[in-house]
Amino acid sequence: MKFGLLVSEGPYTHQATDTAYQFAMAAIAKGHEIQRVFFYHDGVNNATRLTEPPQDDRHIVNRWSAMAAEHKVDLVVCVAAALRRGIKDEVLAPGFRISGLGQLVDSGIKADRLVTFGD
Amino acid sequence: MSEQQSGPKVKKFMFVNRKAPYGTIYALESLEVVLITATFDQDVSLVFVDDGVYELVKGQQTKDIGIKNFSPSYRALDGYDVEKLYVDKQSLEQRGLTESDLLVPVEVLDAKAMGELMAEQDVILSF
Repeated sequence: MKFGLLVSEGPYTHQATDTAYQFAMAAIAKGHEIQRVFFYHDGVNNATRLTEPPQDDRHIVNRWSAMAAEHKVDLVVCVAAALRRGIKDEVLAPGFRISGLGQLVDSGIKADRLVTFGD
Repeated sequence: MSEQQSGPKVKKFMFVNRKAPYGTIYALESLEVVLITATFDQDVSLVFVDDGVYELVKGQQTKDIGIKNFSPSYRALDGYDVEKLYVDKQSLEQRGLTESDLLVPVEVLDAKAMGELMAEQDVILSF
């Protein structure tokens, strides 16, 4: 099955990001396709390479980047939500790209299921 | 949905608005997605439940909280061919509101009818 994911909460503050990541990895392991992960609201904070968690904690941003590199997952950050929150091209971690909300709608159209992770 | 159909896919997109218009950004950013989705020629509907019904209340004044009053945008929705607005009956009643308090025409549905409508959708985005 082809899944689109929407992540709408910030990393570390909220479980949504972790659950989305675990869902995506589990789906890939089962042979499903993750068509795109779209980051909206505070979810855009998943995309900044300035993130530096304590060493004994998971690195949420690097984890997404590794997923994009290994499994060719399209990680898209909403431009309007990102600019509001100081996320720009110059701070993007590898594997992320900034684009418009149309990419979320496109996911809704093309994916078999669009799954939301947030409140 | 059939894979064989030709032409652009039209899916039923429902936006479920559950939050008060101010206090968090969800309502505003939901509206932004709605407006974009409308430009994709999809079948768009909006639902207002819980504190989301406050998004449609007339006479919003936000000057004193220093935040833009975006409620006039709901009036512009029909210009985008977004005309299906549904409001949860119980949510209105619990907040002492009636249809006449709202700034756009809506259809008020009970929970059962709302549930049936949701079951018909292809994509539900909840804010």
